[in-house]
Amino acid sequence: MGPIGAGLAALGAGIGIGLIGSKAMEAIARQPEAAGDIRSNMILVAALVEGAALFAIVVGLLG
Amino acid sequence: MKVDIKKFCILTLALALTAFGNSTFAQHDDHAQHEHAEGHDEHNQNEEHGGGYDPVATVMHHIADANEFHVWKDVHIPLPVMLYAPEQGWTTGLSSMFEHGHTAVDGYVLNHGRINRVADPSFPTGEVHVGHIDHKVETTEDGKEKDVYYVNYENESYKLDAPSTLDGGMMGGGITSFYDFSITKNVFTMLLAALLLIFIFNAVARGYKKNEGKAPSGIQSFFEVFFVFMRDEVTKPMIGEKHYERFQPFVMTLFFFILFCNLMGLIPFFPGSANVTGNIAVTLVLAVFTFIVVNLNGKKDYWQHVFWMPGIPGWVKIILTPVEILGLFIRPFSLMIRLFANISAGHIIILSLIGLIFLFGDNGANTGGAAAGAVVGGLFTAFMNLIELLVAALQAFVFAILSASYIGAAVEEHHHDEAHAH
Repeated sequence: MGPIGAGLAALGAGIGIGLIGSKAMEAIARQPEAAGDIRSNMILVAALVEGAALFAIVVGLLG
Repeated sequence: MKVDIKKFCILTLALALTAFGNSTFAQHDDHAQHEHAEGHDEHNQNEEHGGGYDPVATVMHHIADANEFHVWKDVHIPLPVMLYAPEQGWTTGLSSMFEHGHTAVDGYVLNHGRINRVADPSFPTGEVHVGHIDHKVETTEDGKEKDVYYVNYENESYKLDAPSTLDGGMMGGGITSFYDFSITKNVFTMLLAALLLIFIFNAVARGYKKNEGKAPSGIQSFFEVFFVFMRDEVTKPMIGEKHYERFQPFVMTLFFFILFCNLMGLIPFFPGSANVTGNIAVTLVLAVFTFIVVNLNGKKDYWQHVFWMPGIPGWVKIILTPVEILGLFIRPFSLMIRLFANISAGHIIILSLIGLIFLFGDNGANTGGAAAGAVVGGLFTAFMNLIELLVAALQAFVFAILSASYIGAAVEEHHHDEAHAH
């Protein structure tokens, strides 16, 4: 069961980070002058989403 | 261009097909056996897996810490060992005294690069020649499977104890019969990274004294980009104009230490090759530093937001306070897991791709398969290495920016008439 859970966690994180990326691209397209700010916030939020997924992966593979 | 890609695809396919069909060229020569597992000595490998290739064991061996650097075949770079067992006191020396697992010194044996100990008092002290090491999977009382190793000495087999760890059994470790304080691969690489940092940043600091008011020169120009970026994009917006200068050194040290360790982990040979930031103990200590800095610098507002969030109804506070207190610990915990999992995952992927060579090559029996594995695995490894370069910088940056944002939340002074989303 562990590896399946790890895979599902990766799936969820993939969707989440994909959404962040797509919205950030839209935002940069609307306001190219704010690209720098948007990019660093995008990385920060993606890291937070990824953190939740990595919890699940580590718990899935250890447990 | 189109034709070129087509040609290339056909060539690769043809190569792969001939390779797989080519088991008639099976070779069993010693050379192929030697080469198949870069990190194992062929002795242990053969005893354990009956000569077969075990990808999981090889990958796990390579991401683990070790008491010696393995260069190739029988060439090892020894590292100092410092071992302490309560019954027999200290044992010190160089890891070459174990002769890669063939010699036991005072009951200590080198097992897959890590020092293990025979706790049995009937085992002789001093240097003795020992036989092969057996690997067994045993089930503990709570139903978990555990790898146990036995060393053979004069037709008796003795159980080996792994070094003590302070995880309380959570990660499968715990206090065993001895403690390992050696300079291992990871410790060596960390010291090297620290020395490099001291050396480089002293040079940069000298540059700033020398070129005051002038354009930077030499190595200073290279690092100024990082400094300015870390100040303007990380600490200033995250911590705020008022306090950022106090925390700039801490955040920068975290960033550069993690960056150097990550990059050295990507070098596949001697000064690098240690999986420092992919070791959960290292990332734990880094996260604990952040935890301490954040909570020692927490202002009144910060603690008020943790224990008694202003501006919300009383019954919500009762729910929110435990969540906030948990959050204090979850934040550094996620820092620890993020760095550890990212770097370990990268190393595992690269090692798995390299493992394709031995898997396709049927462990040295099929040269053509190995060649196909080398082409496929090699191209993917080159690609993954480039991604890992990005990840090395990105994870160092993420660790630094998240630490900075936690510090920023701790030192921030709120204006309570404003509506704020915490």
